[in-house]
Amino acid sequence: MYHYTDFDIQFVKQRAAQYRDQYERWKDGQLSDDEFRPLRLQNGWYVQRYAPMLRVAVPYGELSSTQVRVLATIAREYDRPDPALLAEAQATQDRIGDGPAPRLRSGFGHFSTRQNVQFNWIPLVHSADVMDLLARVNLHGIQTSGNCIRNITSDERAGIAVDEIADPRPYAEILRQWSTLHPEFAFLPRKFKIAITGALEDRAAIAWHDVGLHLVRNPAGEVGFKVLVGGGMGRTPVIATVIRPFLPWNQILNYLEAVVRVYNRWGRRDNLYKARIKILVKAEGQRYIDEVEAEYRDILAHDGAAHTIPQAELDRVAASFVPPTLNLRGTVSAEDADRQLRQAADADPRFNRWLARNVAPHRNPALRAVTLSFKRIGQAPGDATADQLDAAAALADRYSAGEVRVTHDQNLLLPWVAAADLHALYTEARAAGFASPNVHLLTDMIACPGGDYCALANARSIPVAAAITERYQDLDELDDLGEIDLHISGCINSCGHHHSGHIGILGVDKDGKEWYQVTLGGSDGSDLSGAPTPGKVVGPSFSAVEVPDVIEALLLTYRERRLSGEAFIDTLHRVGHEPFKQAAHAARHPAEATA
Amino acid sequence: MKIIAAHDHSALESGQKSIEIPNDADPRGLDLTGVDRIDLRFPKFTDGRAYSQAYLLRRRLGFAGDIRATGDVLIDQLVQMARSGFSSAVLREGVDASAAQRQFDRFAAFYQGDAVTPAPRFAREAA
Repeated sequence: MYHYTDFDIQFVKQRAAQYRDQYERWKDGQLSDDEFRPLRLQNGWYVQRYAPMLRVAVPYGELSSTQVRVLATIAREYDRPDPALLAEAQATQDRIGDGPAPRLRSGFGHFSTRQNVQFNWIPLVHSADVMDLLARVNLHGIQTSGNCIRNITSDERAGIAVDEIADPRPYAEILRQWSTLHPEFAFLPRKFKIAITGALEDRAAIAWHDVGLHLVRNPAGEVGFKVLVGGGMGRTPVIATVIRPFLPWNQILNYLEAVVRVYNRWGRRDNLYKARIKILVKAEGQRYIDEVEAEYRDILAHDGAAHTIPQAELDRVAASFVPPTLNLRGTVSAEDADRQLRQAADADPRFNRWLARNVAPHRNPALRAVTLSFKRIGQAPGDATADQLDAAAALADRYSAGEVRVTHDQNLLLPWVAAADLHALYTEARAAGFASPNVHLLTDMIACPGGDYCALANARSIPVAAAITERYQDLDELDDLGEIDLHISGCINSCGHHHSGHIGILGVDKDGKEWYQVTLGGSDGSDLSGAPTPGKVVGPSFSAVEVPDVIEALLLTYRERRLSGEAFIDTLHRVGHEPFKQAAHAARHPAEATA
Repeated sequence: MKIIAAHDHSALESGQKSIEIPNDADPRGLDLTGVDRIDLRFPKFTDGRAYSQAYLLRRRLGFAGDIRATGDVLIDQLVQMARSGFSSAVLREGVDASAAQRQFDRFAAFYQGDAVTPAPRFAREAA
């Protein structure tokens, strides 16, 4: 992990002090609500449906066990709503549907698709104290909201993937530093998200970002970036455009300065829904690209190319990302470890299933990457209680050199697990409830907090996720259905990435009732999913009670139509959407009026 | 950075040639000969276009006169204004300046280069 220098440590503390100063001026009436809002947003403090939400930045998803324990403390001690507020919130939720709503929960953290950690109930009066607590372990909420350059995301297997061209983390860290409190780019037309990957397979959905960066090598073997601009979800899903097939790595800051400056000057500010860079790139096309290239040339020729990254700086940052020294029980060779694993797997089919689903290969043949699943019955996707966060930190200390990664799929990944330790880790992960063998299967779904917590949501996501999870508990059935991306968003802002799901579910509001649109065939750009693309709507929306039946009908159609070994998305591509659409419509309940 | 109370600001100061550049204009097309002061207006403090205009004027065009922020100018944006190339700012009517100076003292330094200190921290460290 990146080793924070004294400067980095002080910077985060100064930021926490700045926030406290701003908070106190707001409390004293020196700042109006409108003046304070962008300041708290750029520190991660939203005000949501019932309470403030805090989004803590996790740069490119990496956390130390020490940091996870502080997140656990925040969940335990601060994610505590006033009982009267909670009662009022629950009563409001109970009025949404016909019966009592699921219980609202507090005392937990939530992993987001952008690898951050969110809390739903921290009273704003404690916000400055929480920022101080976070700053003690170099955590913060800098630019996790607001119309600025957001936290930079990356491949969950960065630095350990077998298909890696170059480790993206040193570049991600240099980008993090460059974008942090950038004076010119704090009030862009709209939010700005960057994702970076260094592997052959895109596990970071880079084409869905405002800027996607893919580390590549040119024919001479030099490292550079393929630069994509103008992707995004929301109301208008757009796949990013490649504007540079190869940019030398040391030019990335100069080049992004041009990309963002042209956006800052040209991006629309008259309409919130047309303010993202995707709309600009779509509207201007080649003219935008030409302007970026002209601006980049001027930065080089007239401004002195000040942000050209010296090799020494890359080396300094990269030195933090060397693999940790592991106690590999010296005597066990990779071959012996493999043999022992096979024996243990033969003896325990459940362990075997977990190995197949939750364990991924590693650049170091003696190691594995292990996913701790936070997708299980009784808890919302990506939610972790204080005790579970502590338990995950303990597993990271014991088995993964004290490091975890928050994944885009809302789980935790242990990046440095010795193959020889897998059975012991499995046993402990099971006891802690993290060993659901469902990684990339139907129940490993992505879902946003939705209408239980979010002020923007049109409908709830969590009860829909729960209904589908409850219906698909048979592990053999899940395995048989194979890898499927199911993504659920409670509104068109698309935090649950419904556009990129093989099956997407989108909450919509019609006449004050919750309805759900179902889409098919979306792709995040992974190898299985194919070229990134938004899914297509199957037809008029469905009621909440119909949704699990619609999902079941879609999956049944897949089983009937598939060829041997064919994944859901491949069958859909081969036979087309029509049979799936018909099955979805046939699953409507007769008494329900369509919306 | 000169901080000016709203009532102390005048559009024209004697003997000065000052111009105001609209928020959506490209400053690179303008004739700045003899200009002493350029006013860049913030219609709302969340509209960040003037930061790029100031940067281009100061750094790209080498404008050496006064670049002044006007309009919806608040305390918490003064540091980034200064870093983007503004040399004076007229606080919005009713804004209390007492909290302004400590904002400039808060951060020891910043990571990226800006209009005042073009080199980023990594280049300054190496030098």
